[in-house]
This record gives sequence, structure tokens and C-alpha cells, in this order.
Amino acid sequence: MQPFIRVTGPAAPFPQPNVDTDVIMPKQFLKGVDRKGLDRGAFYDLRFGADGQPRPDFILNRPGWQDARFLVVGPNFGCGSSREHAVWGLAQLGIRALIGTSFAGIFNDNCQRNGILTVTLDAAVINDLMARISRPGANGLTVDLPAQTITVDADGHTIPFAVEALRRDALIQGLDGVSATLARHAQAIRAFEASHRQANPWFY
Amino acid sequence: MPRTLYDKIIDAHTVCRLDDGGPRPESERAGEQLLLYVDRTILNEYTSPQAFSGLREAGRPVWNPAAALMVVDHVNPTASHRTLEVADREAAAQIAYFRENARDFGIELFDILDPRQGIEHVVAPEQGLVMPGMVVAAGDSHTTAYGALGALGFGIGTSDIEHYLATQTLVYRRLKTLRIAVNGALAPGVTPKDLVMEVIRRIGADGATGYAVEFAGPAIAAMGVEGRMTVCTMIVEAGARGAVIAADEKVLAYIHGRPRAPKGALWDQAAEAWLALKTDEGALFDREVHLAAEDVAPMVTWGTSPDQAGVITATVPAPEGEAEPGRRAALTRALDYMGLAPGTALDGIAISHAFIGSCTNARIEDLRDAARVLRGRRVAAGVRAIIVPGSTQVRAQAEREGLDRVFTDAGFEWRQSGCSMCLAMNDDVLRPGDRCASSTNRNFEGRQGKGARTHLMSPAMVAAAAVAGHLADVRTFSTQEEVA
Repeated sequence: MQPFIRVTGPAAPFPQPNVDTDVIMPKQFLKGVDRKGLDRGAFYDLRFGADGQPRPDFILNRPGWQDARFLVVGPNFGCGSSREHAVWGLAQLGIRALIGTSFAGIFNDNCQRNGILTVTLDAAVINDLMARISRPGANGLTVDLPAQTITVDADGHTIPFAVEALRRDALIQGLDGVSATLARHAQAIRAFEASHRQANPWFY
Repeated sequence: MPRTLYDKIIDAHTVCRLDDGGPRPESERAGEQLLLYVDRTILNEYTSPQAFSGLREAGRPVWNPAAALMVVDHVNPTASHRTLEVADREAAAQIAYFRENARDFGIELFDILDPRQGIEHVVAPEQGLVMPGMVVAAGDSHTTAYGALGALGFGIGTSDIEHYLATQTLVYRRLKTLRIAVNGALAPGVTPKDLVMEVIRRIGADGATGYAVEFAGPAIAAMGVEGRMTVCTMIVEAGARGAVIAADEKVLAYIHGRPRAPKGALWDQAAEAWLALKTDEGALFDREVHLAAEDVAPMVTWGTSPDQAGVITATVPAPEGEAEPGRRAALTRALDYMGLAPGTALDGIAISHAFIGSCTNARIEDLRDAARVLRGRRVAAGVRAIIVPGSTQVRAQAEREGLDRVFTDAGFEWRQSGCSMCLAMNDDVLRPGDRCASSTNRNFEGRQGKGARTHLMSPAMVAAAAVAGHLADVRTFSTQEEVA
């Protein structure tokens, strides 16, 4: 997993509430057995018209936002289906962090497992940040995870944020979760399993 | 210290703490980072392939193949004549890789022609694989269904499927708790689907985000186990990351005698333990919501988020009535997508399609509900109506009861089981502008097909809409039980 330490790049405002994972990754891109080609699928019906051409009015097709590394999003982003394809697609599109007021649970975990940082802030702070990045060319941010700060490059405005230590360290290290669990806890899992089976023999 | 049912299940599955590990006051346990032991998973063909590829690349075995079940449900066609091979090349490749993974990792597979095949959340309880006190995590958001059996079920992504398969555990964050207490009794013609839709309308599409929900109260106690599954399945549309209902005698009766249920002396032990597993008197929830069941009426959605819903006798709301600018913009966009003007009566919106299916509403009781409305009636001209049973066993049961003839006589297509038009990953896809009365769980833009419009409701309400040719109040239909 790509580590997340300090990332600089353009941010795009994406204010709609309840953006669901069907919208982030439509069904026709879910039929692979690998993770390939999902950059094309990300926001497909919003990004492309019926003729397959980019819609000029969609934020990520507009000059200054095409190379967005961050999305500043509305509430309940990533709701709905568990499909991790949505997160793979965002990562392949180059998105490194999502900044918003709330994220759906499964989607949030999926981001964490794929090195995408999710930052949760108060609505007033998000609205202010959306306004600050609403002009192309002045929409650069620097997200510093060890320092837990977001800086607006144009004016130096800095916003502190909090991330749980465990999540933060996993992202900074680009940790492979399965390897870490097996290396640190395999014995404990075996011991737990033996007593759990004794307590619940009917499960087996 | 009294504990909630959710916290008891988490405590009983905690291998170790992953954060500082120090004791916390009872009121601050939400947010604890744990290594959580998971008892079981069910795998489908579309969210699991990359997890198996990860295991293959690392050369890792599955920790306990017996603790997983693989079911083909999302991409298979539902045409009444079934074949092992499917025409869609991509779907065929997913199913082929699924079979390969089942074989190579030694996991039981219910393939397309298996009489036990069906939607994973219908199949697992049907087989007796889900029991009170279990933790079940699976690569589908509607895994919350298992709360109806006193288990904790929740959806996970593909990376976490791989973590589970390799370690039998998940890195887990303890949730806050929300009790939804439903007093009184549901009125005639009002179903568990209407209740959960009303809950979602009230608390919003993110109203339960970060929470595990416990449903309680007389209306839940009076509800059948299948109705509870509807409620627990759909509460994920309010963001709940898990749902539980304490097991009672109805749950025991539901599980007893199923193929994988414990038997003999082990059953007696299990039953005693299961009935004792409930929230302690005096346990504190982080939040409580109270509803009077009498206040619930048949619901339909009019927008593109499950909380954009109203009683069938209401009208489409006006965006001007929404004070918050973001929500107002979303409402305007939803009405534009749905092709609906503010003030339009919901009862009367013409439909082109009717769909009864999905993990939320395609069990035998749902089919019986629909049949009561359809007996002796015909689907309106110009409406294409489809029933996709929740499992192959549900289909067989319905045929034993003669329900299939009620449906086909009424003009419904009687299909094989799968997820089908709930998410339209197979060939059951609507076209732009189609408008569907649907017993499913999501009315998102494009969910049932690009440009297609979905109105969520109960199976009985779908049946009523199919007959009327427009959204209609099922309470105005006389219903008929089968004359023996």
C-alpha cells in the first residue's frame, strides 16, 4: 500500500450529500476479477455523456480540477454498497484524501485499507474550505498526516484535524494489514479460537 | 455494569485490544480498536475475487475454510430455465474464478444449479448457518440482515474479506449504540418494510452512521423472523454498521431443524444460552429513538436516497421547503432525475415495471403478502412485472403453496433466484426513463439501470402498483387468502 505522509495537490469541491458507491463506481465496472481499469469507471455516469465523451460541466473534467488529489465532499459520502471497487477507482484516479463531515462506515474502512486518508471536520470548516478551493489555480492543498494539518497553499490557512493513532500509523507506514495481523497476533487468535469453541460448541 | 447486546457480542469476540489497551470507562468504549474474531462469512462472486487473488499472491491458505460459504447470486441470470454456463462473458469469468477458488481453497459452494442457491442473506439463515451470538461479516452491505437472528452481521470490503479469510479476524472499531424502540402494533396493510422506511425517513440516510442499532419493543416482538430480517437488512440504508434484535422463542423456532442447526443435547444447551443473550436491564445506549407503530403507514420513496420517502397518501415535496442549501440542491436534483414535480400525488404516479425481489423482501412471507393482493387480479396493461424469489428453496416452497400460479395468472414473470434487478448486475436491467415499483432497498441514481427510476416499497405495495398501473395504497385493495 502506498504510504501517506505529506501530499500536495489540487482539491475539488464535491458538495452533494449522500454520494453513494453506485454513483462512484457504476455496476458495469464491477464484473472484473482484478482491480484493473477502474479509473475509467470512477463517477462514470457523471464524468461521461451517453456518447462516451467527457461532460465539460463535471468538476473533475474542468481545467484546474482534472488532476485533483483531494475531494472536499458532502455528508455521508460513500454510502450504500460495500463495493471496494469505488475506492480502487478513486485511488486509480489519483485521489489521495477525502475531506468531509461524515463518511459511510464500510467505505471509510475501504479507504483506510487502500491508503486513502479520510478526514472528518465540522460542517462550518468544510463549507469554509469549499469556498477557499472554489477557484482553479488557487485550489492547492497540502495534507500533512504526521502533523495532522491541512494547509491551503494560496493563503497558508491551516486546519488541524485528528485521526486515531492506529489509523494514522498504518497509513504513514503503508501497512499490509494481513501480514501485520498474522505476524503479531496469530498465536493469540489460535488461543482465543480454542476457548471460543468451548464456549459455543453449537457454532461448529 | 449492565451491557447492551451489541457490546456483549463484541466482548465475546475480542481477541485483543489494538490501541493502548488500557481500561476505559463504560461510557467511552465506542471507538476502541479491537482484533475481532468473526465466526462466519458468506462470499459472493463479485466482491470476493480480488481477495482470493491476494491470498494466492501471498501464498496464504484460508484460516478455516469450514467457516465460509460461497453462493453465486449477484451476476447469474434469473430466466426460468437455468444453465450452468451463463452467456455474459464477464459474468461467466467471475463465476468460473469463483468455482476455482472454492475448489482450491476447499470452501463449500452453492453453484447456480444447486437447490440451495439463492441470495446470500436468504440462504445463510435458511441453512441454519446463522445463530444468536455469532459475528458474521461478509462482502455485502446487507449482511446486517443477521441481526434478526440475534447475531451481529455487518458488511465489509474486499480487503477485509481477504483479512478475514487469512486470519479469521478483522481490525474493528467498536461502534456507538442506538436503540430503536417501536411501541404498539402495526396496522393492517402495514409491513416491516414500511416501518424501516419510516425509520430511515425520520433519522436520515446517515442517521445511524457510526452506530450499531438494536431494535426492540412490542412491535418488533410481534414481528415474524422474516419481517425482522427485512428491518435489519434495510437499516444499513440509514448507515447502521450492524443491527441486532435479541433472540426469542420465534428465533429458536425459526432455526430449529434447519440443516446446520445444532441438534439433540447441543440444541438444548444452545437454546438456553441464546435466550439469555440480551441487553441487561439498565444498560445505557448512546442514543434512543422511539416510534409508535400505529403512526406507520404504507411508504414509498419519491427520490434517489432511501430517506426521500413519504406515506403513499402524501405528495412530492417542494425543494423550497428544505432549509439547508446542500439538502435543497440534492432534492432538486433528485426530482429532476425522477421526473417528478413538487405537489404530485404519490398515489397515481404511473409505472412501467414492477419488481418483487432482493434480500430485503423476497422471502416466503413476502411472496405470500404479494399473492394476497394479486389473487384474482391482473397486472395493468403496459406494466412488466417480475418476481425473483430470494432463494431456490423459497421458489420451491412458493410452488408447493401454488403461489407461482397466482403470480403467473396475474401476469407476473416467475423467475429463478438471484439479486437480479435490485442492483442490475445481471441481465435484468431497466432502460432510461423506465419507472419501477420495487421491493428492493436502494433507489440510487442508475441503481436499476442508467436513467431508470426506482420507487421503493413493500412487496404488497408493489403488487398493488402492478395491478393499478401506478403507485397505489394497498389498504384500498381487498385481499384474499387462498380458499382451501
